[in-house]
Amino acid sequence: MSDTLIMAGRCLRLSRRQLDALLTSLLLPVLLMLLFVCLFGGAIHTGTRYVTYVVPGVLLLCAGYGASLTAVSVSQDMAGGIVDRLRSMDVRGAAILAGHIAASVARNIASTVLVFGVACLIGFRPHAGLAGWLAAAGVLLVFILALSWLAAAFGLAVKTPEAASGFMFVVAFLPYASSAFVPVATMPSWIRGFASHQPVTPATETIRGLLLGTPVGTSPWLALAWCGGLLAVAVIVSGWLFARRTA
Amino acid sequence: MASELAVEAVGLEKSFGQVRVLAGVDLGVPRGIVFALLGPNGAGKTTTVRILATLTRADAGQARVAGYDVGRDRRQVRRRISLAGQSAAVDGLQTGAENLRMIARLSGLSRAQARRRARELLEQFGLADAAQRKAGTYSGGMRRRLDLAASLTGTPSVIFLDEPTTGLDLPSRQVMWQVISGLAGRGVTVFLTTQYLEEADQLADRVAVIDGGRVVAEGSPADLKKLVAEQRLDLLLADAVAFDAAARRAGGRVIGSDPGRLALSLPTDGTAPAIRALLDELDPGRCAVRSFSVHTATLDDVFLALTGRARPGPAVTSPDQETAGV
Repeated sequence: MSDTLIMAGRCLRLSRRQLDALLTSLLLPVLLMLLFVCLFGGAIHTGTRYVTYVVPGVLLLCAGYGASLTAVSVSQDMAGGIVDRLRSMDVRGAAILAGHIAASVARNIASTVLVFGVACLIGFRPHAGLAGWLAAAGVLLVFILALSWLAAAFGLAVKTPEAASGFMFVVAFLPYASSAFVPVATMPSWIRGFASHQPVTPATETIRGLLLGTPVGTSPWLALAWCGGLLAVAVIVSGWLFARRTA
Repeated sequence: MASELAVEAVGLEKSFGQVRVLAGVDLGVPRGIVFALLGPNGAGKTTTVRILATLTRADAGQARVAGYDVGRDRRQVRRRISLAGQSAAVDGLQTGAENLRMIARLSGLSRAQARRRARELLEQFGLADAAQRKAGTYSGGMRRRLDLAASLTGTPSVIFLDEPTTGLDLPSRQVMWQVISGLAGRGVTVFLTTQYLEEADQLADRVAVIDGGRVVAEGSPADLKKLVAEQRLDLLLADAVAFDAAARRAGGRVIGSDPGRLALSLPTDGTAPAIRALLDELDPGRCAVRSFSVHTATLDDVFLALTGRARPGPAVTSPDQETAGV
């Protein structure tokens, strides 16, 4: 446990110093939100003010960018000699990876707070009780955890940090083909199936419903099933890949 | 018997796919000495170190480090060793002090102890002035020293250094040599690999020469040098006719011959009477030998004699950059 904390401290220190990457993961979601709300928002009709509709999806998009840094940093560790040193000191692989995940979660909490602050400035008005807030935060946290572990698995699966940065394209694409930015019903029929049956849609619907105090139906359970399933798979695959890379 | 050896390996074998990297490596390293595993690129040095440092499992054979089996008692071994690999394992984005504090904390020191230990090590390795700079701004030599310092944050009884000076310039290597010699005085066993014969000669109490995944010779640098003649007489002949005549007269004593350069080498004890007698014998007409030199055997000669191959690169003046070892 203490090894994990030391490794998390290291990863946080490293990501604080990779300013360009950190700024991208913090500012890009904010800029995208401003772009959608201020430029496109007027032309998109979702039944509510567009800022109200889009903020939950932007929070998830933001989590994607934040988590994808993990793929690069894990891959960098595997490419350098640090993992050999840590293993020869009997630091467990789980502690090394968990350190990256903990740092990813901390980074994401910071960027979520930032995006949320800007969202409130441009007119986002949540109506949630304490339970709604906590539930929304919980779903977001599970989503962040799942994406971070997936990113770690991706970083272990590819050979170079450059290839690892490709993870960002996958996670940055998913929210567009979901109900995050426009309702699924407005999409061409051939993509609706995918858009309705991917993790970002139930996660978006859950957070939107919880923050705005509207009915959420089965979305929370679908979101948790998706994220929990992905999380379990990513943890197992990461462990397997780590063992294979260091054999 | 095992307890007197810091490192003991019997019949280590390892293949990666079709490539047989280790073909039965046997080693015995007494406690408290500097031991050098000497060999060219691809000889199996790094693989041997990785097996001994518990990072890779051998396909066959057994090894004990600090008294524990590297396969069965990994954790016990890991508590007693440290490793500085070929790629300096420090974070470029952390300062020298932060890197050392982190490794010290991971080796079980408290926050305050780690801070103290980091300060001591930075001082000891001549990095005190650079302590607050990011390691990414360090020169190659400074990074290696930081890496070595990091491997000393705990109290290892066996230190593995995989090619500690490969890629460094001459002044940086000499600083590393001083640092490594300093470690030996403290009862720690140092196991280093090198492709530089001069490095093994300078640092090591015992040397094992590895080639093609097998140890081809083992002993003190002096023992190994005895495998070839202590002193060697190098002759440059006047022309091809003189070369042939001298080579015929020398017969089986020739230990080196290069007809292209008209050069012959013979063993000698290095004394003036012996050399004079040899010259008279090979060149009775006194015009076949143009010049001669007397050469004291180095580990280079040993290497050549043992592996049938010239050493991999110039020893000190322009070290080859090795990017990846096996």
